[in-house]
Amino acid sequence: MKITVDEEKCCGAGQCVLIAPEVFDQRDEDGIVILLDAAPVAEHHEGVRESAGVCPAAAIHLHEDA
Amino acid sequence: MSTPSDVLVVGASAAGLAVTESLRRKGYRGRITLLGEEEGAPYDRPPLSKQVLAGTWEAERTQLRTRDVLDALDAELALGERAVALDAATRTVRTASGAELRAEAVVLATGLHARRLPGLSGATGVHVLRTLGDAGRLREELLKAERVVVVGDGVLGAEIAATARLMGADVTMTGPQAAPMQAQLGHDIAQRLAALHTEHGVRLRPDTLVDGLETADGRVTGVRPVDGDPLPADLVVTAVGSTPATDWLTHSGLALRDGVECDSRCRAADGIYAAGDVARFHHEGLGRSLRLENRTNATEQAMLVAANILGEDRPYSPVPYFWTDQLGVKIQVYGLPTPTATVRIVEGDTEQGRFVAQYLDDEGRPIAVLGWNMPKQARQHRQALLDRYAPAPRVEPAAASR
Repeated sequence: MKITVDEEKCCGAGQCVLIAPEVFDQRDEDGIVILLDAAPVAEHHEGVRESAGVCPAAAIHLHEDA
Repeated sequence: MSTPSDVLVVGASAAGLAVTESLRRKGYRGRITLLGEEEGAPYDRPPLSKQVLAGTWEAERTQLRTRDVLDALDAELALGERAVALDAATRTVRTASGAELRAEAVVLATGLHARRLPGLSGATGVHVLRTLGDAGRLREELLKAERVVVVGDGVLGAEIAATARLMGADVTMTGPQAAPMQAQLGHDIAQRLAALHTEHGVRLRPDTLVDGLETADGRVTGVRPVDGDPLPADLVVTAVGSTPATDWLTHSGLALRDGVECDSRCRAADGIYAAGDVARFHHEGLGRSLRLENRTNATEQAMLVAANILGEDRPYSPVPYFWTDQLGVKIQVYGLPTPTATVRIVEGDTEQGRFVAQYLDDEGRPIAVLGWNMPKQARQHRQALLDRYAPAPRVEPAAASR
């Protein structure tokens, strides 16, 4: 799995950090998403999929086959 | 309950799409039909009053998923097809074109209609903003407008006023509250928002009820307050709230009370669920029914509904959350502030324009958290609210008797 994030779309809601804190963080100054791990290990995949699904700005993109 | 062999989702916006995606993510392989009134692929609404209105995003950028991702869902997309009736007993939906669709599980995710006041419509130059089409039409006229009046002082009205002002129009925002978004922010922070708008040149006419339009040759020339002189305008936007899109459910047999009435599982009847803006549900943590009109609720509630369709039997008891971006300020709100709550600053500094505020009830317990240009820190303070919104744990009979 490979993750990309669209910083410009991100609204800073931080839902992804609540679900998958191993993979996502937020910038201190404006809350924009920080990708901690672009190719997370399998145990985090479910949380990442949920984060992408719940992201209120559709800013998280997954490439499952990568 | 066994897993249904097919699912019909009525409403193809954020909530309807999220139900579909969540079912697939959880491994559901049955047939899914996603029925949507609008022609185009599912798109997102929060950017409409901001990036799309301002013209910084093309309309396509609001699409929630690419065509490839939609195709991979292996769902039947029935777009441009409006649901007109439901028979809850047989779970059959009839569409405007006369088709009848029946499924073992039906999800109602039809969202909201913009509310229109009788005295405030019917003239050229008067707009509402709910759909992508609305946003395009409003933008076109905003580019030519000189004097804009926004009728409505809630979240949408305040966002439209902010965007229109940044586009260079002379903007007046009017509404019944003492300050914009007072219902969502409480008195103190709403006053701060009022000051922000004023600093940017938005004229505020608070404490004002508007009940009519001034027109000339069928075109709006102003709005008429109940008391006082008319406010001149060549463009009027009414953002006076929304009504749940339940008109098509009148004869369905479901209970409708400002939304589709559901239990704590978001279930309206056997095999029928509701998600998103249209759903009123029983919040076990708060002990009352609630209907939330915000973007994160659409997806969170949709995911819960997907889980319950697959038999998980979980209550929906979210910490409500919304955000708004206005005039360079990002506001995040967790929980439900009340007008009488005490507000205290727990991080940052109001003078610096970056802070986190906590709302306390009469007994000093936190009920809500707000971030003003501090999204990450606000999210961290959300933790303090969990107890209040969590449903009471179920006590097993054996444990209770010990």
